[in-house]
Amino acid sequence: MNACYKELVIGMMRTGVLGFGGGPSVIPLIRYEAVTRYQWVNDDEFGETLAIANALPGPIATKMAAYLGYKLRGTTGAIVSVIAHILPTSLAMVLLLAVLNFLSSSSTVAGMIHAVMPVIAVMLGLMAYEFAAKTVKGLGKLLGCIFFILSFVLLQVILVHPAIVIVLFLGYGAYHYKIKNYLNKKFSKNKERSA
Amino acid sequence: MTAIYILLGFFLANILGYGGGPASIPLMYQEIVKHYQWLTNVEFSKMLALANALPGPIATKIAAYTGYQVMGWWGLLLALIATILPSAAALILLLKIISKHRQSSAVKGMTLLVQPVIAVMMAVLTWQMFSDSYHSLGWIQAIAIGLVSLIALTKLKLHPAFIILAAFIYGGGVLPLL
Repeated sequence: MNACYKELVIGMMRTGVLGFGGGPSVIPLIRYEAVTRYQWVNDDEFGETLAIANALPGPIATKMAAYLGYKLRGTTGAIVSVIAHILPTSLAMVLLLAVLNFLSSSSTVAGMIHAVMPVIAVMLGLMAYEFAAKTVKGLGKLLGCIFFILSFVLLQVILVHPAIVIVLFLGYGAYHYKIKNYLNKKFSKNKERSA
Repeated sequence: MTAIYILLGFFLANILGYGGGPASIPLMYQEIVKHYQWLTNVEFSKMLALANALPGPIATKIAAYTGYQVMGWWGLLLALIATILPSAAALILLLKIISKHRQSSAVKGMTLLVQPVIAVMMAVLTWQMFSDSYHSLGWIQAIAIGLVSLIALTKLKLHPAFIILAAFIYGGGVLPLL
């Protein structure tokens, strides 16, 4: 029983500390620990849980960590698993930034911070591109552009709160495929008639 | 009151972010910088730089740091709970009750329609960071560093942590001499 907690803590800590690039890129590492190394769950169950986790909002790696912990040891297991996964990097953030802030009067540190800002801008820009590419892939160019323009106008011109914009889009999203199917059917019927 | 704001801010930013932690970055920016003004633009980008250079999930690193800045260790704890708990609890509950909704077209459509909003918010944030760099570095430096990191990330496929490290070295070693 104790061995189980030990495995959970070691496995989750390892994935938390070795996975660079945010939650989504950590998933293969978590799969390796959970399926291959410790066999907490089989591959199918992992895949199925991941699919449901992807359909829910919020950070993905912590959702998977919580689920695996819960599966092994109930609620306590879920808490232990999440803490093992995020504690080392959370503490590192606080400590490193405290050091940076302490030294922020030095011109060296000021230069470091200034030089890194364009890099961060580029990384954000690339993420923006990825999200845009997903939109175009799912909605097509025309509809994608309409939704880009719509969200830009709502967010930046009318200054609607992002939460409201997202809830509006979610509301339409729930019916998107239904509407699409309906229009497709109608369109193909019209085509048949005209032919 | 601050405790409630921390819980509310991080809950909102993460419950609306579909597609994992990175999708929540612009939403967290909205709460942290725009709404509650816990951090300035420069502080936020500094935090993002370190968060990107360190391993592990990104949303929890941002939550941990901001929570700590605002309210010390309690703030850190509250921000992390608000970030993680709702979605983790939802996953466990959902797995207990049903698994058929995974394939439902409603869920798929909802996940898809959040993408354009996140893309636009991310693009606006990108612009914000660039205009801040312009103020501190000037156009030439900002664009040069941006271009080099773009090539390093997309063409050379270097690890983001290395590029951030390189920028730190350049900024610490070269910029003070200019």
